[in-house]
Amino acid sequence: MYKSKGRKLGLFILMKGVRMATLLVAICFISFLLVKNSPIDPIQAYIGADMLKVGPEQREKIAEYWGLDQPVMVQFLSWGSAVLKGDLGTSMIFRRPVSEIIGERFLNSLVLMIAAWLLSGVIGFIMGVVAAMKKGTWIDRMIKWYCFTLASTPTFWMGLLILIVFAVWLGWFPVGMGVPAGVLSENVTMVDRIQHLILPVLTISILGVANVALHTRQKLIDVLASDYVLFARARGEQGFVLFWRHGLRNVALPAITLQFAAFSELFGGAVLAEQVFSYPGLGQATVEAGLRGDVPLLLGLVIFSTIFVFVGNLLADLSYHLLDPRMREVRKL
Amino acid sequence: MSILEVENLSVSFKQYTDGFKEINHKVISSLNVTLEAGKILAVVGASGSGKSLLAHAILGILPSNANVSGIIKYEGKELTPIRQTALRGKEIALVPQSVNFLDPLMRVGNQVRTSVKNGDAVSAQRKVFERYRLGKEVEDMYPFQLSGGMARRTLLSTAMVSDAKVIIADEPTPGLDPVVIKEALDNFREFADNGCAVMLITHDIESALQIADKIAVFYAGTTVEIAPVEDFVGNGEAIRHPYTKALWRALPQNEFRPIPGSQPHPSSLPPGCLFEPRCEMATAECRQAPPKMRELRDGMVRCIHAT
Repeated sequence: MYKSKGRKLGLFILMKGVRMATLLVAICFISFLLVKNSPIDPIQAYIGADMLKVGPEQREKIAEYWGLDQPVMVQFLSWGSAVLKGDLGTSMIFRRPVSEIIGERFLNSLVLMIAAWLLSGVIGFIMGVVAAMKKGTWIDRMIKWYCFTLASTPTFWMGLLILIVFAVWLGWFPVGMGVPAGVLSENVTMVDRIQHLILPVLTISILGVANVALHTRQKLIDVLASDYVLFARARGEQGFVLFWRHGLRNVALPAITLQFAAFSELFGGAVLAEQVFSYPGLGQATVEAGLRGDVPLLLGLVIFSTIFVFVGNLLADLSYHLLDPRMREVRKL
Repeated sequence: MSILEVENLSVSFKQYTDGFKEINHKVISSLNVTLEAGKILAVVGASGSGKSLLAHAILGILPSNANVSGIIKYEGKELTPIRQTALRGKEIALVPQSVNFLDPLMRVGNQVRTSVKNGDAVSAQRKVFERYRLGKEVEDMYPFQLSGGMARRTLLSTAMVSDAKVIIADEPTPGLDPVVIKEALDNFREFADNGCAVMLITHDIESALQIADKIAVFYAGTTVEIAPVEDFVGNGEAIRHPYTKALWRALPQNEFRPIPGSQPHPSSLPPGCLFEPRCEMATAECRQAPPKMRELRDGMVRCIHAT
């Protein structure tokens, strides 16, 4: 039985791997075509302000050197084979290897996203549970109103609002960046980093709770109306014990899955929040790369974010296989 | 000795139509039943006659928009909501109808253990599983892994370990094969023989007749007759109410003859006797007012013409 279970898991991972590979190829191809057809001029992006000093002949030479005179498919293949070898190219605006920049930025973003992910998940879940247990009361209406309002609030606007209130008016937190300005990097303390992290995390979390809260609320209302909760009440269970024994486990499962599946929104939220707070993460790098025509960095980020979101969805799938006994246990009869 | 008495129980639901208009749907009206220790009362009626709601009303687990009036007495004292909360699962146990009443994400052994009120839960659960021939591996299973018969025995185990004095079984045998039904019915007889009062709610009059001591017949939310099981013989001459007679005659082994029409919906009950529109014996008097439950030949009947 365990052998077949192991084989099943192996097959599952293999299928997911194939799917991810095909997805990546498709994403790379489409992004490459889009960038090629966009008004970005890689030479101008590379040379920048010194453009006036470069003549047409020199530009042609650069284009030839980079292979820009080749057909699009040839260009795609040469880029693609380099990517396969692990070489994502060199960022034009940072003048450093793309993989290095992504690695460094990702660490910054990871802290931000994990903090926001945990915070919004836990707070959203609790809010949903409270709303469902107190369904129809003022507290339920408050939570619902809050969620509906926030679900339709743009991240950047919420970020600005939080900046104005907490950084400008109250002055409790720094206005932006990942570390204090004018301090040597070896002198930056953990407290400094955390202080710079709080407002962006707050922005993403405040908006992220709506989804989980509303979903959890509805699911718990369904669970409370179920036959098995009725039977549990008939056996004398009530209040918190009833919720703990039967509500929690039946509601937590979809909530966890939803939270993993929300990786894409998390990434999207981080892009906007990092821009507003000038936080040096992946999101800010994406915006920079897009605005300044840094093609290698942009394509590297596209690949990376695809993998990131794919992993989120994979974890959502896996969480069901690991946590739900109906998926986990092979039928014994 | 009667352990549980239900007198004049009515259950209605508030409903809003057209946004503002409040309508009370009376799903159970002036219902009377009595449970006795050591006896099985079968409550028989068609679907939608309010049988399950009777069980939920006794346990106090009706939805919050339900209105309950009338008196339920347990051991001679009124069963208030506070007493209901204290007694359910302890003195009064429910045996529900299907595996859907078990938590899908909880091992069944644990679910049975939560019903144990006194003593060691694990050993109590193992003992009752052994008694009901549920193997040792069953306690670690999830409800989706149980067969129909195993699910039924598991549900029965929850009532068994609770040491309740009153067992309310709500349609405990739907969709089971005859052998399993027989086994289930024998289990309920055992409960009664051990001194419990059993209320068996079912639409299956045949199996009810096999084990019950008394039959209460439900029609459109009320009892029309309560009769000892011995009265159900021959052509049903000893049966008091015309609806019960019609039920008896509709059985395949009797005349296999149904009566026309169907049970009225709770929103459009007739003003007089609820069965009057379908009754062969109906007279103008039947339309005047709902007949009272009265005693007749060691039973009860709600019909002015019954003799």
